[in-house]
Amino acid sequence: MELVNIFIRSAFIENMVLAYFLGMCSFLAVSKSVKTATGLGLAVVFMLSVTAPLNWLINRYLLVKGSFAWISPALADVDLTFLQFILFIAVIASMVQLLEMIMERFFPPLYSALGIFLPLITVNCAILGGSLFMIERQLSLDESVVYGIGSGVGFLLAIVALAAIREKLRYSNVPAPLRGLGIAFIITGLMGLAFMSFAGITL
Amino acid sequence: MSTQIQTPPNRTAPVLSKKQRKLLSDPIGDTNPITIQVLGICSALAITTQMRTSLVMALSVVFVVACSNVAISLLRNGIPERIRMIVQLMVVAGLVVLVDQVLKAFAYDISRQLSVYIGLIITNCIVMGRLEAFALSNRPRDALLDGIGNGVGYGAILMVVAFFRELFGAGTLFGYQVVPQAFYDAGYRNNGIMLTPAAAMFIIGIIIWIHRARRPKLVDIS
Repeated sequence: MELVNIFIRSAFIENMVLAYFLGMCSFLAVSKSVKTATGLGLAVVFMLSVTAPLNWLINRYLLVKGSFAWISPALADVDLTFLQFILFIAVIASMVQLLEMIMERFFPPLYSALGIFLPLITVNCAILGGSLFMIERQLSLDESVVYGIGSGVGFLLAIVALAAIREKLRYSNVPAPLRGLGIAFIITGLMGLAFMSFAGITL
Repeated sequence: MSTQIQTPPNRTAPVLSKKQRKLLSDPIGDTNPITIQVLGICSALAITTQMRTSLVMALSVVFVVACSNVAISLLRNGIPERIRMIVQLMVVAGLVVLVDQVLKAFAYDISRQLSVYIGLIITNCIVMGRLEAFALSNRPRDALLDGIGNGVGYGAILMVVAFFRELFGAGTLFGYQVVPQAFYDAGYRNNGIMLTPAAAMFIIGIIIWIHRARRPKLVDIS
């Protein structure tokens, strides 16, 4: 039950994009059509659900104070948490590189559609943010897996929703200079305000 | 955005050739990282509630983008294609740790206010975007100019957004009270919505609107 709770919280109440406004760059740039948006969303779900537990393990067994105690008691005082950023980003970067190779080999259309935004998943703040929030909230290993999947699903929902709105928007009469990016910003702001109403829910 | 390799300037040419000046000035207007290239939005939303933090953030980003652009441009022929992202991130992460330590030593209050967002410069897509799009295929000197230009373009938008958010959200600028007490006595209230990230989205949306209305060639026809 606790796990379901974490999933709902991470996907809706604490939605990465619409509540914390993380991962905006790819969110705005790849939401022109529902198809590519779904592709990117799925890639983010995958990345978050893999990197969150991986980084949990790294933090628990390499970084936290006392994590080296099993080698020798003399090392019990070693605290490497200041390396957190660098190690987390290294894990994320190597996973993205892996994903890029797999996609190039098996899904070439999706690979070319995502273009520069595939390497930019590495610097999608939602991924690093996911790992950092997971540490901050002191989740256990199984909870961190669920948290990763939940936040990924939240990102997927948000980007598909925005892409659907933008597809319909093509038929509406938006002032020319506001078309495209400008209106996307304002719609995201409005969606964010709407998602604020989840904040009152406690599970 | 010009990504072609420039011919080296000859001795009699001015310090910066026309193309190089363009590298410096374009990102401030026509190829602005935030409003045109859509890079680096997250921090633009999170830290622009105050002008002071925005200024520190802008300076940090200028430093990191310029230095990492030069470093990657110097290394560009030695980096294997397959692991380029990891190499880039290591360079950026090193520079960000440097900025973080300097801020902690000399501006501790602001460093505490910015908290994780200095760390998140690593994942600021401006840095990575410029490395991928420019530094990997250009000479160090041009990369330096491109980095400074993009950093300043980013900082300019940050300051504009922060100006409106701080003015209407808290009635202050750089921490000094500007809205006179008489206004509050007459029933004026600070606008709480300006302090939420959603307000930053609206302001950036409006900046894009004005910018494109003045430069019709930038209008997105899709």
